[in-house]
Amino acid sequence: MSATSTDTTLARQLALVIDLNVCVGCHACVTSCKEWNTSGAAGPLADLNPYGASPSGTFFNRVQTFEAGSFPNTETVHFPKSCLHCEDPPCVPVCPTGASYKRAEDGIVLVDYDKCIGCKYCAWACPYGARELDEDRQVMTKCTLCVDRIYDEKLAPADRKPACVKACPTGARLFGDVKDPDSEVSRVIRERGGYELMPEWETRPANRYLPRQPTGPRA
Amino acid sequence: MNPAWSIVLFTTLAGCGQGLAVAVAGVRLAGQSLSPLHQAVCLLLALLLVGGGLLASFFHLGHPMRAWRAASQWRTSWMSREVIVLPLFMLWLAAWVLHTALRDPTQPALAADRVWALGTLAGAALLWWCTAMIYACLRFIQEWAHPLTLLNYTLTGLSAGGVLAVALFSGFGAFDSAGPAPGAAWVMPWALGALLATLAAAVARLASLRRNARLKPRSTLQSATGIHQAPLRQWTMGFTGGSFNTREFFHRAGAQALRRIRWPALGLGYAAPALLLVFGLSVAPQALGVLAGLAVLLQTPGLWAERWLFFAQARHPQNLYYQAVA
Repeated sequence: MSATSTDTTLARQLALVIDLNVCVGCHACVTSCKEWNTSGAAGPLADLNPYGASPSGTFFNRVQTFEAGSFPNTETVHFPKSCLHCEDPPCVPVCPTGASYKRAEDGIVLVDYDKCIGCKYCAWACPYGARELDEDRQVMTKCTLCVDRIYDEKLAPADRKPACVKACPTGARLFGDVKDPDSEVSRVIRERGGYELMPEWETRPANRYLPRQPTGPRA
Repeated sequence: MNPAWSIVLFTTLAGCGQGLAVAVAGVRLAGQSLSPLHQAVCLLLALLLVGGGLLASFFHLGHPMRAWRAASQWRTSWMSREVIVLPLFMLWLAAWVLHTALRDPTQPALAADRVWALGTLAGAALLWWCTAMIYACLRFIQEWAHPLTLLNYTLTGLSAGGVLAVALFSGFGAFDSAGPAPGAAWVMPWALGALLATLAAAVARLASLRRNARLKPRSTLQSATGIHQAPLRQWTMGFTGGSFNTREFFHRAGAQALRRIRWPALGLGYAAPALLLVFGLSVAPQALGVLAGLAVLLQTPGLWAERWLFFAQARHPQNLYYQAVA
């Protein structure tokens, strides 16, 4: 039994590629995402009890940290996590109002906050937990790939990238069209084995992760 | 998942109302005698139960005033389909209540009554299908993604509505000389039907619990992160104070509470009403109404617990990213 699929292959699919070899877990992407989006078209993003003992709020991007292997052969892996803009997003067909949609022109999965009734069904239907209900506005929110930034012609071309990509001090976040075989993101996915999260559910995530690999001393 | 009381109430109340409407439709189709007043009372109660469930469901929404929009995506969304079927079913029941109340009681039952009854059966079945598919269509929530979910919602609703119908049918005779006499023979097959529905619901629920206990999650921390070295431990989930992800998807009652609630839920929800019906059918047919009434009182909290368990038992793959909470 499965939800009705919106299976389509688009000519263009914007996405992020996260290089786990380079991410140092500084959370600059988290704070820059929050800063841009709370002030932009997707905001404001709730901050509950921000100066209390247990602050909580809406974020479109989180960085988690894992330890892999056994001592002394352990690796610390910082793991940024946001909406993967699936090519077959299970969150979209379940939405009863049509508030959740995937754009045909660039594959970005978005929420129309004026149509969202806050039923949370889309969040249940996302295996990655990429969606967060904004507790103040009571609508579902998620990464927009900074859709209000990447097409802004008032910005210099170099700045027309998601806030998280611009903020990353180590260049661990790449942004581009994964359907264009000549793009930087397509090239690194090919060359470095960019992989999908939870491939077992066949959601075809557009975002990919580059695995860690030994780099050796620099020449 | 973290069970929402609004959804627990919605699915149990509406399910019971559907079951009661099905029982009334069954009585009509069998050509048995339920006076127009008693039929209207039963249908009105079914309508109130489904309506009460609908009211409870609004408390699950962040923006209840926008709920009308939810009827638009019936092509892809089971929730949208449910949002269309539920008010249509209520309208149908309300129209049948009016028809029952306004009909000349001296005239014999018309063929139209069969149409009302068949429409009610179809509406109830369609609504159970939509409600259950909301959960069963989520393929990665493995506890739900199975035909047993559909069976559980339908049979549990039939059981709850059936037990309530037996209490009502028998009760009418006690308060109204026009009603069936206590222990009236025609109520007995319906008590047997309610008993069978309850037993079937119990078997389906036991089968789903057994299936859940044996489920092997397809997603692992390795597939969720793509990091394949073992062991893999999470040092931080990226924040300290909790988030929507840690509130919505974890019941936080503890694994022991989940085990402890299982037998009270099944005992009150299915075993108690089944035993009371057996006792009424075999030993004390005169007291069937009282016994069925007692069964309703015991079954209702039992089915709330059962539905709570249905949600709490579902392990969402996103929980893999929150090992400290899990």
